[in-house]
Amino acid sequence: MGKSGRYVKASALLILLGIAAALPWLLGKYQVRILTLAMAWTIATLSLNLILGYTGQASLAHGAFLGIGAYAFGIMVQRVGLNFWISLPLACVVTALLGLLVGLPSLRTKGPYFAIVTLCFNVIILKVFENWNWLSGGIQGQVVPRPAFLTQRWARYYFVLAFLLLTLVAMRLIVKSLLGVTLMSIRSNEDLAEAVGINSFRNKLLAFVISCFVVGLAGALLALENGQLDFTITNYLYSFYLLIYLLIGGVATLSGPVVGTIGLYFLLDYMKNIGIKGVEEFRYFLFGLILLLVIIFFPMGITGGVKRAWEWARGRFRKGEAGEVAG
Amino acid sequence: MSFFLNQVVIGIQLGSQYVMVALGLTLIFGILDISHFAHGHLYMVGAYLLYIVMVLWDVNYWLALLICMVALALAGILVERAVYRPLRGQPQINTFIAAIGLILMLETLVRGIQPKALSVPKPIDRTLEFAGVSMEVQRLIVIIGAILFIVALQLFIKRTRLGTAIEAVAQDREGASLVGINVNRISALTFAVATALAAAAAVLMAPLAFISPEMGGVLILKAFVIVVIGGLGSIKGAIFGGYILGLLEALAIAYVSSAYKDVFAFAVLIAILAVRPTGLFKGRD
Amino acid sequence: MTALLKVQGLTRLFGGLVAVNKVDFEVPEGSILGIIGPNGAGKSTLFNLIGGTIPPSEGKIFFAGRDITGWRPYRVAREGIARTFQTTALFEELPVYVNLVIGRRMRTRSGLGDVLSRTPRMRRERDETTAKVMEVLEFTGLGRYAGEPAGSIPQEAQKRLAIGVALMGEPRLLLLDEPTGGVGMGETDEIIDLIGRVRERGITVCVIEHKMRMMMSLADRMVVLNFGVKIAEGEPRKVCEDPAVIEAYLGECIA
Repeated sequence: MGKSGRYVKASALLILLGIAAALPWLLGKYQVRILTLAMAWTIATLSLNLILGYTGQASLAHGAFLGIGAYAFGIMVQRVGLNFWISLPLACVVTALLGLLVGLPSLRTKGPYFAIVTLCFNVIILKVFENWNWLSGGIQGQVVPRPAFLTQRWARYYFVLAFLLLTLVAMRLIVKSLLGVTLMSIRSNEDLAEAVGINSFRNKLLAFVISCFVVGLAGALLALENGQLDFTITNYLYSFYLLIYLLIGGVATLSGPVVGTIGLYFLLDYMKNIGIKGVEEFRYFLFGLILLLVIIFFPMGITGGVKRAWEWARGRFRKGEAGEVAG
Repeated sequence: MSFFLNQVVIGIQLGSQYVMVALGLTLIFGILDISHFAHGHLYMVGAYLLYIVMVLWDVNYWLALLICMVALALAGILVERAVYRPLRGQPQINTFIAAIGLILMLETLVRGIQPKALSVPKPIDRTLEFAGVSMEVQRLIVIIGAILFIVALQLFIKRTRLGTAIEAVAQDREGASLVGINVNRISALTFAVATALAAAAAVLMAPLAFISPEMGGVLILKAFVIVVIGGLGSIKGAIFGGYILGLLEALAIAYVSSAYKDVFAFAVLIAILAVRPTGLFKGRD
Repeated sequence: MTALLKVQGLTRLFGGLVAVNKVDFEVPEGSILGIIGPNGAGKSTLFNLIGGTIPPSEGKIFFAGRDITGWRPYRVAREGIARTFQTTALFEELPVYVNLVIGRRMRTRSGLGDVLSRTPRMRRERDETTAKVMEVLEFTGLGRYAGEPAGSIPQEAQKRLAIGVALMGEPRLLLLDEPTGGVGMGETDEIIDLIGRVRERGITVCVIEHKMRMMMSLADRMVVLNFGVKIAEGEPRKVCEDPAVIEAYLGECIA
């Protein structure tokens, strides 16, 4: 891909942006709401992509952190009465700090151990929210008031879209940088990374904390759109769903999480409302089945997706290197 | 004192269930390096199958036990063939993710068919009194049944040719394949034995508690805690760890808090792995 | 010449087995030390101890006069000891040039802040890294593979790449674990030539090898291990005539 290729790509992105900007005026009220939620979920999937896709650490605590971000935001806005613009970043910071606390012990473990330890953390956090009514608001839950400029549906849509774009830009800057390459080296071969002077624990912790910051943002945006929270938002099932969005969309890519999350979110919503008996109850069966099939037959599970992504990148690099290797 | 003894009995009974599930998990983990996270959900399927066989078809409890064990052994073989065998040689985390897919399928399927929690009648609905300890007969059945199954498994592994092959693979996979042990066959056999054990545990436990689609999730996490404590692939470790966890939990429920009863085990796991990131014992290297 | 690396009474137990038993040796700056011994003699364990992959049970390791015993691998690497592994370790799915970039990472400081706000430091470090990558590609003769995934290039090129990755961090000492293992005869010469050129750059080298003939021409000094114990040390010719070495090698040494 030469210069012209880059223009094609840039214009394609611009067209996509234009469509995204026009959608609230083309879609019905309900669809706009679903799309807003789907975009918030996409931010969460992107956060998992950083720690799982790029760093190779399968966190199953992201459902809990999503809930923590949502609650931190709701409590600060409604109970503490903090300013909206202070609450939003502060909710992310709170999530990131808890991420630091969880990451410190759990990142010492590797592979499935890490997945299981983080899943245990998620169960613990869920139980705390379930049983500690002061924190979760019990059965009534937690109300999340909206600021005046976000009372309109389309305003919230643009608000979440802006944060999605911001997250995408930040992720792109990270993964294309020396820091991103460092994270990928840990995913690829942690022992070798250590042998060339990379402090793998510190870098994993950094990736985990950034990831928690971002998933906290996703939680806060979900809370904002829903206006109401209860303890189930910390459910570990959400950790599984994020994993599915990510794996089906494509790990270690930036477009994969966007396509996977929005596509599956709409599919699930469609199945919920299709009105055919049985489809609603069994739609997560399909989810599990897709996950199985993807990982077995489309070996784009973790390694496969990574490989494909790099083959694509390599193709670009080769052509960019002029004709000497063309033969 | 009798309250304490009662809790000990409950602890042993909880432990019996944990041991039987953890034994299967540790065999599969140790032998095949598969983090078979759907094991607890097969246990759940076993409990529902018991409901079908015993309540809907009106079959005798003991016969139902046998039917469930055979059916789940076949289900275990199926899972091994259809899900895990195609994934052999891939990173462990991929098999873990496949297991999550399986979990979602099983749980949704069962909940879709029967959303309500069910209960199964006790085959012998009596309570014994002894030295101030009152004990339902079913608890005794669980405790004794578990011991019988554990002994049977030990005999199978130590005394039969297939069993020794399983242990050989658990201790040294490459060595075992060098001396001509068919790893595919062992793999299927291990899944059959492990899943039948889980089904037996489910059948023994079912009359004492409600059965629900989500019962497998927390159970498998606990079994994992036990396997980590006892060492991957270690049968002794699973037995020891399972009873210890059951006792600790029963006492914690009584003397600390019951709302957080499921949390203790996980806190223990986190604490252990934070200090020793690869588990307490090395069953195999 | 002063000793760049000094190992004193280094011992490592695995369970009840002694893998490395009270080994002492020194590596003078600018020299090449060959470490030989039969399989299971503890050679790779010795490198793992020096590189910090496993801590020693007893003994001390000094690098440039500094006690580095028990340091984690990344700290050892930053101190100036680079290494390659017996089974060639690379970032297999990443392109060759990215492998080299990673080898340089410990000499750069850009963090999250630099990355997000694209600071001058980040730009400068990126340009420096690119220049160094070009230089090492040239030095190792890997230019034509630059964009290929490291796992897909020929075995011999992978061996050179592993050395290239190690050189990216500008080490003072390079530990090579069987740099020509599993490589054909003709290609072995290329790697020997590369190691010679590494020494010309003033980098001290320790090499583990099976191929005696290669060691004879390359090494200034040799250490022979057998069952974890140092059984001989000295100039290659002399070591070769040592009765203990001949016994351990079943006469293979009479080259």
